[in-house]
Amino acid sequence: MPSLTFKGGIHTYEGKDLTKDKKITDLLPISSELVYPLSQHIGAPAVPIVNVGDRVLRGQKIAEANGFVSAHVYSSVSGTVKSIEKRLNVQGKMAESIVIENDEAYEEGLPIPVKPISEMTKEEVIGIIREAGIIGMGGAGFPTHVKLSPKNPGKIHYVIANCAECEPYLTSDYRRMLEEPEKLVAGLKIILCLFEHAKGILAVEDNKPDCIRILKDLCINEPRISVKVLKTKYPQGSERQLIYATCQRAINSSMLPADAGCIVNNVDTIVAVYHAVIEGRPLMERIVTVTGDAIRYPQNYRVYTGTCYADLIEAAGGFKGNPEKIISGGPMMGFALYDTHVPVTKSSSAILAFLKDDVSDSKASACINCGRCVDACPSRLIPSRLADIAEHYDEEKFVALNGMECVECGCCSYICPAKRHLTQEIKMMRQTVLANRRKNK
Amino acid sequence: MSENVKVSASPHVRSNMSTSRIMFFVIIALLPATLYGIYQFGFNSALLVAVCVAVCVISELVYEKLMRAPVTIGDLSAVVTGLLLALNLPPNATWWMAVIGSVFAIIVVKMLFGGIGQNFMNPALAARCFLVISFTARMNNFVYDGVTKATPLASIREGNPVDLLDMFIGRIPGTIGEVSTVALLAGAVFLIITGVIDFRIPCAYLVSFVLFMGLFSQSGWSIPYLVAQVCGGGLILGAFFMATDYVTSPITKTGRVIFGVCCGLLTGMFRVFSSSPEGVSYAIIISNLLVPLIERITVPKCFGKGGEN
Repeated sequence: MPSLTFKGGIHTYEGKDLTKDKKITDLLPISSELVYPLSQHIGAPAVPIVNVGDRVLRGQKIAEANGFVSAHVYSSVSGTVKSIEKRLNVQGKMAESIVIENDEAYEEGLPIPVKPISEMTKEEVIGIIREAGIIGMGGAGFPTHVKLSPKNPGKIHYVIANCAECEPYLTSDYRRMLEEPEKLVAGLKIILCLFEHAKGILAVEDNKPDCIRILKDLCINEPRISVKVLKTKYPQGSERQLIYATCQRAINSSMLPADAGCIVNNVDTIVAVYHAVIEGRPLMERIVTVTGDAIRYPQNYRVYTGTCYADLIEAAGGFKGNPEKIISGGPMMGFALYDTHVPVTKSSSAILAFLKDDVSDSKASACINCGRCVDACPSRLIPSRLADIAEHYDEEKFVALNGMECVECGCCSYICPAKRHLTQEIKMMRQTVLANRRKNK
Repeated sequence: MSENVKVSASPHVRSNMSTSRIMFFVIIALLPATLYGIYQFGFNSALLVAVCVAVCVISELVYEKLMRAPVTIGDLSAVVTGLLLALNLPPNATWWMAVIGSVFAIIVVKMLFGGIGQNFMNPALAARCFLVISFTARMNNFVYDGVTKATPLASIREGNPVDLLDMFIGRIPGTIGEVSTVALLAGAVFLIITGVIDFRIPCAYLVSFVLFMGLFSQSGWSIPYLVAQVCGGGLILGAFFMATDYVTSPITKTGRVIFGVCCGLLTGMFRVFSSSPEGVSYAIIISNLLVPLIERITVPKCFGKGGEN
């Protein structure tokens, strides 16, 4: 069967060979101080429930969700609350955070009370997922319990595990699938319990044949779960493109995946669901790929949230040479860092360091109307035109040309031979339009 | 922490394709036709190629220096314009015609409208049309083997037979670059394989042209006649190398098909109904003018609103 896919997209240098054979290594924090931003998710920031000077245990809730669309924050170490103050986050902003001094005892607090899955109601399962502070760990950070509470659970037909990992260089999901595939399948089964009409889909790109084989073997006696093979292409793991590739259903910016009867969760999120519901373990660790040509020993680490990025880089042997660019996340959608003293959050997936920066090496020139951005755009837009409109700040025209349908994947900027900053222009205009909409409400 | 670390918005990687690389590919693709033209027509054609390329590049440089604008000759687009203009000149054109044409192409058609990406007509073709109007006799005087001869299309019009193999190989009178169909096709295949040009424009162009000629010319569906029409009069050069000019063709896929059809129908119309046996240049530059309209009506449906299929 040919691999499933969507129209548009790009083929980049994958760079996964640097770390794909590196086993996940546990890494304890090196710096004594751990930082937990109150806002690691989409929605209202959590509210601190500890005071400066309090002693906290590993797995203790330190900040409480503020409303439904929000998520709890847990301490990943035992120690003392040193301060609650603004600290630098990966987006380069100062964000309210709880700072904990690690006593290196790693004394565990009480787990979340759980019962065998068969004895729990759906509400109880979702309640545990909420209690564990689980959010979408693919990058966006949407609280998982909200995703799992659609208006009409009976109309969910597919629960899709996003195992595409289409961002270049990232191998954290790949390693997870190789090393703990049974947890992924078990996690997916837990989510399937919530939606009795749904089928589970493990959607894997065809550059991971070993994962496909392992998952297929594991699901051989699982009538509700199937493994679907996707074409290796960026942005195959983008929610809309993934739903289309696997189920031939299309959603636009005014719809949620649930409107098309789909729920999409990434590998790490599903494994976190497993840890929470089966073991009562809140979300306080994640797998981070540390890689790039400026990293001495590229690695996949299992780290505690709150750990400083600089610790991970140090553990990976530090830099070889002077890196020109350091990125949190993948090269297509990640954030460039100017300081590595930022904490690992629930949605950190990678730290990349490159000796050369493609972006500052290339100078933007005039559009030659070649149409490569049109071919590459997975949302089927005309990025060059939208960027022009954005430069002229024409909100009406921008919306009329479907600018709000952009998923900010970065394909147009990547492919542009004139090296124009198309994604950036469109992204800024989208933010302006969204801000104006909120203002006029 | 390293001091030269850079910060920018995502994405942080870029493809290795650049404007200058695209132009370089086009130059490579034009080499077989250029070399064949020089081989066949001799020293003067080599001189014309050199003059056109040099004057185009210098014109752009001088204009940008005078206007204190950033210099863009590094993108090689002026080289492509010069080369295309030379390939559209008769082999015995004079050097000063090449100079006038090049200056017109770069200064009037390209730079006055804002430089690369802003011109609404193909500069080389506009310059050729300018020269044809200004120096009609010289531009239509085709010498082959030392004697002035009619081009194949003119011969056909007068009812004389033409040798199709000669037309295919290029043993015919014509402009420097248009004569050898096989050399042009070799370059065209290279451009399509490397993804530089979209097959839609030339395909729509050729198909609609052949249909039009079959339906409306007096020779109808005669195969030798249609083959001669396709191989002659710079149609291959125009369809693959000039109608496909990014700047002056639509950005959307559907738009490119419509654009190709416009070119094909106009070329057919000129060849059948006008007093001149040719018409590729006019067909393409008139279609160039239609591009903004074509783009306006061919905005693709977006993903999630019907455009995903």
